[in-house]
Amino acid sequence: MSPDTRVAKIETRSLDFYYGTSQALKRISIACYEHRVTAVIGPSGCGKSTFIRTLNRMNDVIAGTRIEGTVLLDGQDINAPDVDVVELRRRVGMVFQKPNPFPKSIFDNIAYGLRINGMRDKRKIEETVERSLRDAALWDEVRDRLDENAFALSGGQQQRLCIARSLAVEPEVILFDEPCSAIDPIATAKVEDLIEKLKTRYTVVIVTHNMQQAARVSDYTAFMMLGELVEFGVTETIFTNPQNKLTEDYITGRFG
Amino acid sequence: MRRSTRKKIVQAAGFLALRAAMGLVLAVLVLFLYDIGTKGGGAISWEFLSQAPRRGMTEGGIFPAIVGTFLVTVITALLAIPLGMSSAIYLNEYARQTRLTRLIRLSIRNLSGVPSIVYGLFGVILFVNALRLGTSILSAGLTLGLMTLPWTITASEEALKTVPDSYREGALALGATKWQMIRTNVLPYAVPGMLTGTVLGLARAAGETAPIMFTGAAFYLPFLPRSLGDQFMALPYHLYIMATQHHAIQQVRPLAYGTALVLIALVLGLNMTAVVLRYRLRRKRQ
Repeated sequence: MSPDTRVAKIETRSLDFYYGTSQALKRISIACYEHRVTAVIGPSGCGKSTFIRTLNRMNDVIAGTRIEGTVLLDGQDINAPDVDVVELRRRVGMVFQKPNPFPKSIFDNIAYGLRINGMRDKRKIEETVERSLRDAALWDEVRDRLDENAFALSGGQQQRLCIARSLAVEPEVILFDEPCSAIDPIATAKVEDLIEKLKTRYTVVIVTHNMQQAARVSDYTAFMMLGELVEFGVTETIFTNPQNKLTEDYITGRFG
Repeated sequence: MRRSTRKKIVQAAGFLALRAAMGLVLAVLVLFLYDIGTKGGGAISWEFLSQAPRRGMTEGGIFPAIVGTFLVTVITALLAIPLGMSSAIYLNEYARQTRLTRLIRLSIRNLSGVPSIVYGLFGVILFVNALRLGTSILSAGLTLGLMTLPWTITASEEALKTVPDSYREGALALGATKWQMIRTNVLPYAVPGMLTGTVLGLARAAGETAPIMFTGAAFYLPFLPRSLGDQFMALPYHLYIMATQHHAIQQVRPLAYGTALVLIALVLGLNMTAVVLRYRLRRKRQ
């Protein structure tokens, strides 16, 4: 499984990112391979969340930010002027750090993305909602209470609901921004199982501050520090035989 | 031990002071309502509410003033609600947060503190004279609308701010356009708050005298307005006249109190509407 032989679904080339005048990312070049899980780890404030948000242009909504370098999705520059950011975000879904269900019913949470993307056929919506909930391993827990408000779910269920919500619009890539930092260990295990399953159909990028999690779920790992990419490679190598002294210190718990 | 006793005494004294302040405010309100209620209650009758003033306003009712205040408030609402909500949506959702937008926001806050008589004079210049609308319901309503706008904008913007950004990001991440996001995942949760603020603004406008006295309110009219271009009688102006300008002030005092009671009931009613509206919309969303 050497990096070179795989197809890069998303690739960044010498990516710089600025909040005003402060530089948050410095020359980041990472390839995220199709049907693989790529984990981004690093200490708080290292820029890993900023990085993942550049992959679906979520940083666009923050005033005063600037990006340099290239982000390619299937070889196409996603920051090019002719790219439709709305279509990009449909293709590159995102699950956030804190579960963010909408204050609607469980059903409407999933149907939301379908409706805004123009699906009107009730039968089709119902089918897709059920399939998405099944794919997110939530169906059995909520099948009898689809009309209940999503806030009534537990934190872990809410996060799986958010995963189901992004699956519903059939993305190609799913970005996870520390998806387990606000939920308990059992719920975390469920989400990790889910990520493992999802990679057969999607390309997954996950930001996590939990190194064990990265080791468990990912095929590739990028280690970042102070906005720079320290090391990037096959997860097993990163955790058993890191090339860089900083990586070794971090994964052995000497700092972070 | 001694320290903790002292802390408890300080705490008890603090609570006492807060309760006293609250009690004082309530006492003033109750006293005020009692005074108006007892002195004005006697004047209230079906005749008072449904008939025009007679015999130099020493007899009869206040029906034209109720109609006038109603009509002028409708005009105010028609200007202040759509324009105020749209401005708030622009300021909070679309405008880049630059020095200019901060300046605009500061100006709006300042406008809400401008004395109402200034709005009245501005209304005379703009609506009555420049736009040739004359002294009319339209001029007065638009003047009150301008006065209410800063309140509407500010309240609406505050309501928009209470919608968590995670709703916005969640919608965008699913491929919503900005307008889809605002329409389907921001406004539904902000509208109850927006309406509450707006109705409170309208209640305040309905009770204003200064902005309408030069722009359309009449001392006395023997007939109801037939169009928006007509002058009108209004409750607050009628009260002002009955209380200070009438030739037989002592004689009409009960009528003045009656008018005050109706005006207060109207404003309270509007405020209650705001509360009920917010409560029901919130319930529906949950």
